[in-house]
Amino acid sequence: MHGFANPKRFLSLARWLTPLLLAGGLVMAGGALAWGLFVVPPDRLMGETVRIIFIHVPTAWLGMAGWSAIAVASLVYLVWRHPLAAIAARAAAVPGLVFAVICLITGSIWGRPTWGTWWVWDGRLTSMLVLAFLYVAYIALAQAADREGVSARIPAIFGLIGAVNIPIINRSVVWWNSLHQPPSITMGKSAIDAEFLVPLLIAALGFSLVFGGVVLARMRALLAERQAEARLRRKALEAI
Amino acid sequence: MSALKPKHQRLVLVVLALIALVAAGLLAGYALRNQASYFYLPEQMRDDPPAVGQAVRLGGMVEPGSLMTLSDGVTIDFAVTGRENSRIPVRFSGIVPDLFVEGSGVVAEGRLGPDGIFVADNLLAKHDENYVPRELEGMSEHQAAEMAEETTVGLE
Repeated sequence: MHGFANPKRFLSLARWLTPLLLAGGLVMAGGALAWGLFVVPPDRLMGETVRIIFIHVPTAWLGMAGWSAIAVASLVYLVWRHPLAAIAARAAAVPGLVFAVICLITGSIWGRPTWGTWWVWDGRLTSMLVLAFLYVAYIALAQAADREGVSARIPAIFGLIGAVNIPIINRSVVWWNSLHQPPSITMGKSAIDAEFLVPLLIAALGFSLVFGGVVLARMRALLAERQAEARLRRKALEAI
Repeated sequence: MSALKPKHQRLVLVVLALIALVAAGLLAGYALRNQASYFYLPEQMRDDPPAVGQAVRLGGMVEPGSLMTLSDGVTIDFAVTGRENSRIPVRFSGIVPDLFVEGSGVVAEGRLGPDGIFVADNLLAKHDENYVPRELEGMSEHQAAEMAEETTVGLE
């Protein structure tokens, strides 16, 4: 475990893993989306609009998984002080925000024909919107901390505190009466027919690989940026 | 505590802080469980009715067989049912969403009238957690499996 915390070893691993994850994920997600668009039969009530599920649900899961990753990386950074963990947390924020926003947009588009409204302020929708705002705040805070040379501990603490929202999103449809339906997939059983479930799970796996690939690519970019800055600083010192 | 390495001290501190934080979040969520609900259930509206004329939402099942169109052609009457045999009559005039059918979930926005009829000015259809293809609707799992088998046999 500690071996991978060494940036050099991490970089040599990430170099070949990044394109592998991105390509594999894109092929899988693309295939599952094509399957969902052209092969899967319409739903008994919703008809054709059910196909939005193949984007909406994986992006919702990854929107929440992104913040979980930020929280775990922040914990590792706070306790073990691995600089790579802080970089990993920063790298997960932007793709997490993108997925959360895609989830909100596709949910809104889905809500119009099925529920009869673009948006309602029920527990699930509101807590998901809060997650998107938390991402924006985290990204701003991490960038400001980096620019001002403040310790990366401040965004890490924010990443841990923000994790409180994740179980709230998950439980929102159980605790409170909401327009959003209760969970379809719970421990060991699914209310989604296998015809929808199989492409849905493949799409989720594909999007997850893309997410992993983007995080690795961003970590490499952040590390390279840091190296370039250190080199410039050294050069500036030598010039004096 | 002094025997602990700084690393472990930090771990204990962070974990304790996290437990406190999650507990606070759960308590807050639990305390909000009535206030943060999006609508009244029929049994809640029956037992503890909101003030007449106050804008509220009512959510439940559209009672099968209760849906009637009045003579003006745009006003509909139906009943929303919940647990414990609760039943609230609802009146609405306007266009209903596609998913609004008897035996399905609905959220009505409106006001409780003095006569006990809930007058809705907007209807939202509520989807349940089940996703079933059109061909398999109404079939038991066994029947569906049988049909799937027949279909594959036919293909071979």
